[in-house]
Amino acid sequence: MSRLLLALSLLVAALFTASLLIGPARVPPLPSLHALFTGNDPMLTLVMREVRLPRALLGLMVGAALGLSGAALQGFLRNPLAEPGLIGASGAAALGAVLAIQTGLAAAFPLGLPLAALAGAMASVALILLLAGPRGGALTLILAGVALSALAGAATSLVLNLSPNPFAANEIIFWMMGSLADRSLLHVGIALPFMIAGGALLLSLGPGLQALTLGEDAAASSGIRMGALRWRLVLGVAAMVGAATAVAGAIGFVGLAAPHVLRRAVGGSPARLLPASALGGAALVLAADIAVRLLMPDRDLKLGVLTALVGTPFFLHLILRMRREGA
Amino acid sequence: MVGRGLRAAALACGLALPAAAGDAPARVVSMNLCTDQLALMLAAPGQLVSVSALSQDPRASVMAAEAQALPPNHGLAEEIFLLRPDLVLAGRFSSPATLDMLRRLGLRVETFDPESTLDDIRANLRRMGEVLGRDATRTIAQFDADLAALPPPATPRPRAASYGANSYAEGPDSLAGQIIAAAGFTNIAAERGLSFGGTLPLEVLMLASPDLILRGAPYPGASRAEAVLDHPGLRHLAPQHRTDRDWVCGTPRILHAITDLQKAAAP
Repeated sequence: MSRLLLALSLLVAALFTASLLIGPARVPPLPSLHALFTGNDPMLTLVMREVRLPRALLGLMVGAALGLSGAALQGFLRNPLAEPGLIGASGAAALGAVLAIQTGLAAAFPLGLPLAALAGAMASVALILLLAGPRGGALTLILAGVALSALAGAATSLVLNLSPNPFAANEIIFWMMGSLADRSLLHVGIALPFMIAGGALLLSLGPGLQALTLGEDAAASSGIRMGALRWRLVLGVAAMVGAATAVAGAIGFVGLAAPHVLRRAVGGSPARLLPASALGGAALVLAADIAVRLLMPDRDLKLGVLTALVGTPFFLHLILRMRREGA
Repeated sequence: MVGRGLRAAALACGLALPAAAGDAPARVVSMNLCTDQLALMLAAPGQLVSVSALSQDPRASVMAAEAQALPPNHGLAEEIFLLRPDLVLAGRFSSPATLDMLRRLGLRVETFDPESTLDDIRANLRRMGEVLGRDATRTIAQFDADLAALPPPATPRPRAASYGANSYAEGPDSLAGQIIAAAGFTNIAAERGLSFGGTLPLEVLMLASPDLILRGAPYPGASRAEAVLDHPGLRHLAPQHRTDRDWVCGTPRILHAITDLQKAAAP
């Protein structure tokens, strides 16, 4: 088990380093790292610290947030289809972020952006839990998620189309698909506190989720308070997804694919899946962000395009398996 | 029709024709920001009956004050037809559906290519004079004289990049590139092999260490496309110079843009 976490950590560290070293300005790796740590070459240091470092850090943070949120949602609902993107949390967070930016709240008050995205995500997660019920039936969960995603997406498009800025309408695609291009340490700074708080909340759910595998009654009799567990889940997921979406847009399928790939390696334990899935999500987003820069360096290809290409086969595979088991 | 053919033939042979009052269109509508401004500079009083609403915006148009005296149009076939023009001026990229409809309705439509060189400006001024039945030679001569009077470029030439939304840099073959070159700057987009313009990633721009960054005024609202212009990495890189309405269209007013830029180059 700890060997799995160690291997995943090494993978994430390798991808993080690769993310730092890959960019449109083709600078050799050693001078780049030297400039990053020592600051000997002022221009290169500026590039490494202000452009590459925030991008790599955000890839790590956003991926971990989405992977961890997916694992926590799946553990709580005992449903492998639960994912922040699919249940509408990312879309609602994007709506909150767009509203904050277009109303000027984000410019007036830096924490306004992640707070608005958090509020959006929180409303959607709470609504989903209400609609899907305590057991989270797959059908209601997915249908409610589709409806919420469509509504949030349409409202986001409306807000951007009404903006007086001629570029805003083109950014619908960013909010739906996500990108880490040209983000700065400012974005790292506004997302980090929410991600630390959300991460701590979600990682602390481990024992509760573990007890929940035996059923709600068994969990309640072993001293797990379901109401409190649910609220910690809602807050934690909202903080993680809200902060991630506010700075990088809605990136789908990470929260689905990371837990799915790692579930067998942790022996199906939802508690042990939480940290593993966070690392897996970070590796996935870092790899996708490296791929968009290698495949189309000039185009700002959206991250969500790649994660959907990788994640959709998993999703279809899960649906097929559920159908077999249901039949 | 025959008269117009003769005029065109005469002009093609380089003959200067006096503006024939009977032949000149009396009601001209312009529906493109750049043809608006050329027409406002050359038309006889009362000849122009409407210009596009864009040219009344002082952020985009150097002739905003003059344009505000005229009723605006929004480039729609219906409103233009109801103005009963005998000549419609449009840009090469005005909506083809609108232009086709106006032609079907029997209106004469003249389209102008956007200017991307100083020669294009002379050519469009000359052609605008022809279609309006006005003499543009004085305006062109004044433009050439003002160009010739510009101070020589500094040596070594300072290096500049025009940097806009979505990391778009204007290349040497664009109008902005021509202004940059005329003001005595080396264009960093040209060093990167961009001819008309293209994406210049932020880190590539930073490593190119420009002496000056040219950027447009931000639009209201907010967009992620423009957020790159407020990136902390850019703020510490080089002084920034705002491009304004003088840069938008190829009119003699680009001389203002050139002299402003030369002032920004002088330490």
